[in-house]
Amino acid sequence: MNSQTATIPKAGDLARNWISKWLADSNPVATLKDMSFNLGVPLLALVAFCLLWAGVASKVQTSLGQLPGPTMVWGQAMTLYQEHKAEREKEAAFYERQEQRNAEKLAADPNADVKIRPYTGKPTFIDQIKTSLFTVATGFLLAALIAIPVGIVCGLNSGLYRAFNPLIQIFKPVSPLAWLPIVTMVVSALYVSDDPMFSKSYLNSAITVMLCCVWPTIINTTVGVASVDKDLLNVSRVLRLSWFTNVIKIVIPSAIPMIFTGLRVSLGIGWMVLIAAEMLAQNPGLGKFVWDEFQNGSSDSLARIMAAVFTIGIIGFLLDRIMLGIQRWVSWDKAANLR
Amino acid sequence: MTTDNYLELSQVAITFPTPKGPFLALQDVNLKIAKGEFISVIGHSGCGKSTVLNIVAGLHQATTGGVILEGKEVTEPGPDRAVVFQNHSLLPWLTAYENVELAVKRVFGKKKSKQEIAQWVEHNLGLVHMEHAMHKRPHEISGGMKQRVGIARALAMEPKVLLMDEPFGALDALTRAHMQDSLMEIQNRLNNTVIMVTHDVDEAVLLSDRIVMMNQGPGATIGEILKIDLPRPRDRVTLAETPEYNHYRAAVLQFLYAKKHASAKPAVKSEAVEETAEPEPGLVSLEEHKKKKFG
Repeated sequence: MNSQTATIPKAGDLARNWISKWLADSNPVATLKDMSFNLGVPLLALVAFCLLWAGVASKVQTSLGQLPGPTMVWGQAMTLYQEHKAEREKEAAFYERQEQRNAEKLAADPNADVKIRPYTGKPTFIDQIKTSLFTVATGFLLAALIAIPVGIVCGLNSGLYRAFNPLIQIFKPVSPLAWLPIVTMVVSALYVSDDPMFSKSYLNSAITVMLCCVWPTIINTTVGVASVDKDLLNVSRVLRLSWFTNVIKIVIPSAIPMIFTGLRVSLGIGWMVLIAAEMLAQNPGLGKFVWDEFQNGSSDSLARIMAAVFTIGIIGFLLDRIMLGIQRWVSWDKAANLR
Repeated sequence: MTTDNYLELSQVAITFPTPKGPFLALQDVNLKIAKGEFISVIGHSGCGKSTVLNIVAGLHQATTGGVILEGKEVTEPGPDRAVVFQNHSLLPWLTAYENVELAVKRVFGKKKSKQEIAQWVEHNLGLVHMEHAMHKRPHEISGGMKQRVGIARALAMEPKVLLMDEPFGALDALTRAHMQDSLMEIQNRLNNTVIMVTHDVDEAVLLSDRIVMMNQGPGATIGEILKIDLPRPRDRVTLAETPEYNHYRAAVLQFLYAKKHASAKPAVKSEAVEETAEPEPGLVSLEEHKKKKFG
């Protein structure tokens, strides 16, 4: 409640600020024109797309009924969120009941053996998004941890670059679907534990993501490191900087833009690969959600899958924006036009 | 005396491998430099004047011959031969202060305390009049200011020889004049040993004790050496009207543009050479040089 009453005047202030600024503007009409161009054109395109989609969808009949249009997909997206909320309420109620029961037991006999059982409801759409994000983050971070050092070493040493390059070029175009069986077999052979910290499906997906998204970062880092300004390297030679200082003070800052270009491409690939990997590995994420809905084949399935498609797209876009934000934050050249 | 032999280049030659076979860029470069001397190396572009500088810096290795600094052969780059690069070469992600600090920490990191390092960095930025913009990054300051910071970074290493590779080449005429005055002022105070590569005749005459004029390549070598016997401190405006200044200037111009490969020596030049105390290998005139080589 408190947070709501606090935010409403803030939003009002914001609007009032904006309007007063706009009125104080030397050329308010031009500003408005500018705004309507920047906001209006993309909006118009979106509306046109939705109309086209609705028009085409109404003409396509599938075995699961009519191809859903924008309104149906929106409706299903809302339903998915409602289901999530309902599930959370059920979970909260479950734990409340359990606690109450345990408290009663303890009141009757202080030495009673109380157990806390975890809630075993099925994962909701939101849970699956979380799992997917967690999996892709693992795979991507692993890839970055491997790719950046390898790229730096390859960029500094042309011999090592020659050695690694054929391998990189061969493995780069391999599809995630080809990696997955190998990863699955290796993980189940090596990851044997009675009380596993991670589920195998999670590891399979994360490692597959890693295998597919190391390459762009390696290649871009190598190029970035190899193209460090010769003059700056001469400065480093004149100062007789040690290998490590040279890398930290001169090579990495120079190569940061290229490293980030690689990381952004990698993250994009990683997110794409993850959905495919989850479908096959049955890791409880968005990929599995799509697969399950497809297998389920109810009249809502297509709309739910489409809602997932949009979610995947929007999350992919947001991930890239986050990387861009990190790049801006890390980059020394704040004036650079990053996009 | 050892001071005359502070830095010696003897029989320096360098060949670069090219797809068409080895290219002889420099040969028979002989030069002795005294401590505290300001030497300019002048010549047409591509004559290998920067290569001479890079060999002294240790960034290039001479194919034959070598460089001896204070009795020790130069084999690799080092902070005792600080270089001011043509395009400043400041690290763009560090402020002016941090750029100088990096060099100071590297050279004096173990000898000076934290406070002394900070003082020394500020002192050197003060020398080049950059106190006001110490904490700005290179892209926030003008070209002349960047070059000042580059000079401060080199001075802060307290090098035995300061090497400057066309330090003011990328600056506009007014800024360049300003920088030359600054450099003379610093040189008056510190009396560094300097080798400066330039293609600006006025700059060479104004700043140098001796001007080394290079023949054109391939196989470039020192053509003539001109001793500039003008009293210091020098002022560009008063000097511009004196006959001596114009003599020196004409001599250099004549070498660069009129003579090219002709063998006749201009009158001014021979006077200047005779003034130097002892004939050094680097001072051998062009004819003698040719005789030596071919005869």
